[in-house]
Amino acid sequence: MQVDPIHQFQIQDLMPMMSLGGHQFSFTNSALFMFIIVGAVSTFLIAATARRAVVPGRIQSIAEMSYEFVANTVRSSAGNEGMKFFPFVFTLFMFVLFANLIGLIPYSFTVTSQLVVTATLALTVFFLVVGYGFWRNGLHFLDLFVPKGVPKLILPAIVVIEVLSFLSRPVSHSVRLFANMLAGHITLQVFAGFIIMLGGAGILGIFGAVLPFAMVVMLTALELLVAFLQAYVFAILTCIYLNDAIHPGH
Amino acid sequence: MDPTAAKYIGAGIACIGMGGAGVGVGIIFGNYLAAALRNPSAAQGQFGNLIFGFAITEALGIFSLLIALLLLFGL
Repeated sequence: MQVDPIHQFQIQDLMPMMSLGGHQFSFTNSALFMFIIVGAVSTFLIAATARRAVVPGRIQSIAEMSYEFVANTVRSSAGNEGMKFFPFVFTLFMFVLFANLIGLIPYSFTVTSQLVVTATLALTVFFLVVGYGFWRNGLHFLDLFVPKGVPKLILPAIVVIEVLSFLSRPVSHSVRLFANMLAGHITLQVFAGFIIMLGGAGILGIFGAVLPFAMVVMLTALELLVAFLQAYVFAILTCIYLNDAIHPGH
Repeated sequence: MDPTAAKYIGAGIACIGMGGAGVGVGIIFGNYLAAALRNPSAAQGQFGNLIFGFAITEALGIFSLLIALLLLFGL
């Protein structure tokens, strides 16, 4: 029995396609899970802050911990002025974290394993950095590409490299999250496929299937770590890019 | 050579690049651990830098994985 590890990433239409002004719109499983994620984050935070006890309960302390965690990240990497972007970074962090965690539930859909979703998030950050950088610093934002204290002889080459690395940021920002999720879920699926293949191979195969089953359990634990880590990486890189917009001088 | 076979061989070769990223990530975490054991009180403050370096290094390995995936499923 063959298992197709890519099938889980397929986009399916849940409703008939609508045509609006020559464009095709459809409600897919990806859109459904994005609604579920937003609903889950909102429900969690509203429920956690409904009581507002001085001594926080279990759910309230989780909310407070995630708030403090993101606030410390923003403050340490983008400075106090970066705190005005805290709602944005917190929203990004919670969305990516819940998307990764909900994606780990079997038979669910991982929104962040679609490049179009992560690219949209990364491009939002990129244009926010460019827009805010020019709005706040004017043309001084271009100082970002001219590091201080570099000999004049190699300065042109450095500027070209800096511009290229700035432009490749949205690519690496989005592809990192996407490829981590994709690779992790493919690995899980391949090992899960081994269980089915061995289990179908007679009595000896069922005993052999214990090995990939243990592997899947361990991989799921690893994926739980990766899900959190990638959400954190996405948030901290957003802070570091925003820091460039706030303080463009090196 | 059969184009499909060449595609699979290319995907395999592209994945070699991930080894370099593995070495890099190992160096980052190893050096962080060595430094954290020398001065545990300063370790917590450098956690953000650790994750940033890890993310930048990992991205390069992910790019080679992406090329392999593109060869297998995209092109």
